[in-house]
Amino acid sequence: MGIIDSLTAFQIQLITTLIKFVAILVLALQVPPLMVWFERRAPALFQRRKGPNRVGLFRFRLFGLLQSLADTVKLIFKEEVVPDAANKVFYHLAPVIAMFPALVVIMAVPFGNDFHIGDHLITMSAIRIDSGFLFILALSSIAVYGVAIAGWSSNNKYSLMGALRASAQMIAYEIPLGMSLIPMVLIYQTLDLNQMVLQQEQVWGIFKAPVSFVLFFICMFAETNRAPFDLAEGESELIAGFHTEYNSFKFSQFYLGEYVSMFTLSLICSCLFFGGWQIPFVSYQTLVNLTGYEFIASIIGTIVLLHKAAFFMWAFVWVRWTLPRFRYDQLMNVGWRFLMPVALVNVLITAGVLSFIRFGG
Amino acid sequence: MNPYLPVLGIIVFSIAFGMIVSAASMILGPKKTYSKVKYSVYECGLPLVTSARERMSVKFYLTAILFILFDIETVFLFLWAKAFDGLGWFGFVEAVLFIAVLIVGYVYVIRRGALEWE
Repeated sequence: MGIIDSLTAFQIQLITTLIKFVAILVLALQVPPLMVWFERRAPALFQRRKGPNRVGLFRFRLFGLLQSLADTVKLIFKEEVVPDAANKVFYHLAPVIAMFPALVVIMAVPFGNDFHIGDHLITMSAIRIDSGFLFILALSSIAVYGVAIAGWSSNNKYSLMGALRASAQMIAYEIPLGMSLIPMVLIYQTLDLNQMVLQQEQVWGIFKAPVSFVLFFICMFAETNRAPFDLAEGESELIAGFHTEYNSFKFSQFYLGEYVSMFTLSLICSCLFFGGWQIPFVSYQTLVNLTGYEFIASIIGTIVLLHKAAFFMWAFVWVRWTLPRFRYDQLMNVGWRFLMPVALVNVLITAGVLSFIRFGG
Repeated sequence: MNPYLPVLGIIVFSIAFGMIVSAASMILGPKKTYSKVKYSVYECGLPLVTSARERMSVKFYLTAILFILFDIETVFLFLWAKAFDGLGWFGFVEAVLFIAVLIVGYVYVIRRGALEWE
C-alpha cells in the first residue's frame, strides 16, 4: 500500500482510468472476431452441418476458433480498391465515423460496482459522468452518419439505396428506443447506469417495466441493422448495402462497429432490465464478505454481466436464423405505427401508476 | 479529476484508432496494376448507366424531418422523467398535456399520409 499512499488522487484516477480503458478496449475488440466465428458456427448448428472447423493451431483445431484471426490477417493484407468515382475524403472518413461511437459508448457501461483502493473510489467504467445514460444515447446515434456518408460517398446506386434505407430505419427506431427508456428513468429516478443497477438488488427491471423491455429488445435489432431488420444489406437486391464499395480492412471496420454496438446494447439491456452485475438473491455486500475484497466482488460482477450480455448476443444470432426478413414498408409501419404509439402509452401508464404509488390519490 | 477529461481522451483516441487501422490496410495491402474497369463503380459487371447522384424518394427526407420533431420530444421527456419525484402531480398533468399535443401531431402526420410506404 506504500505506493498507493504516495500518489495523489489525480494520479490514481489517471492510472486506473487508463487501465480500465485498455481492458475494456481489449474486451470490445475481442467481441467481433468471436461473433464472426459464432455467427458461422451457430447457423451450422441450426442447419445440421459442421461450419468452419479447420483453422486451428498446429494439430489442434479448436472448433475453428482461429478462423476469424485468419480472416483478419487476410483483410489487412488485401489490396485496397477505391473507386475512381468515389468522393475520396468522405470515403475514407466513413469507416472511422461508423466505428468510433461504438468504442466510446462501451466505455460508459458499468462493468461492476464501485470499489475502494485505500481511500480512493474506483469506478468500473472508464467514463463515469452523472448523465451517463444520456451520453450513451447521444453518442450511439452518431453511427448513422457513418452509414449515410459511406453510402453517399461511394457514388454507387446500391450503396446509396442501402445507406438511405439503413439511416431511415435507424432514425425511425431510435424514437421508440429512446421512449422505451423513459419509464426506466421514471422508476429509478437517476441517469447513472450504476445507480440503476444498484436499485435492482431485490427486483429486476424487467418485472417493473416488461413493455419497455419488449420495445427495447425489438429496437436493438433495428438499431444495429440486424435480421429481421437487415434491409440495408438485403443481398439479393442491394449486394451489400452501404458498404458495397468498401474492401480490405475498411470493410471490416463497419462490421467491427456493428458488432461492438451489438455488444454494448446487450450490456445496456442487461444493466437496465436484468440487474446488470448483480447476482440474483446474492447482494454485493454478501460477496464482499465472502471474498474479503471489494475488488474481487466487482470482478465477479463483471463476469456475471458478461454472461448476461452473452445471452443477448446469442439471441441476435438466434433471431437472425429463425425469422425471415421484413419488407421495407412493413418495417417502417412497425416502427412508426406500432412501436411508437405503444411506447408513448407505456410512458403515460408508467407515469400514472408511479404517481399513484409515490404521491397518493 | 474532471469526469469529462477521460471522455475527451477516449473520443480522441477512438478516432485516432480508427484512422490508424484504416491507414494500416492502405499501407500493408499490395498495389497492383491500375485498370479503368477495376476502379470503376461496381454495378454487377455491367457498364455504368448513370451516376448515383440521382433524385431520391422524398419519403426519406420526410422521415428525417419527423425524426427530428419526435426525437426532441423524447429529449424533453427525459428531463421530466429525471425530475418526476420532485414535480409531483403537477408534473404528471403537464406531461400528459405535452404528450397529448404530441399525439395530435402524430395523428395529423398519419392522416396526411406522410408515413405511407408502398
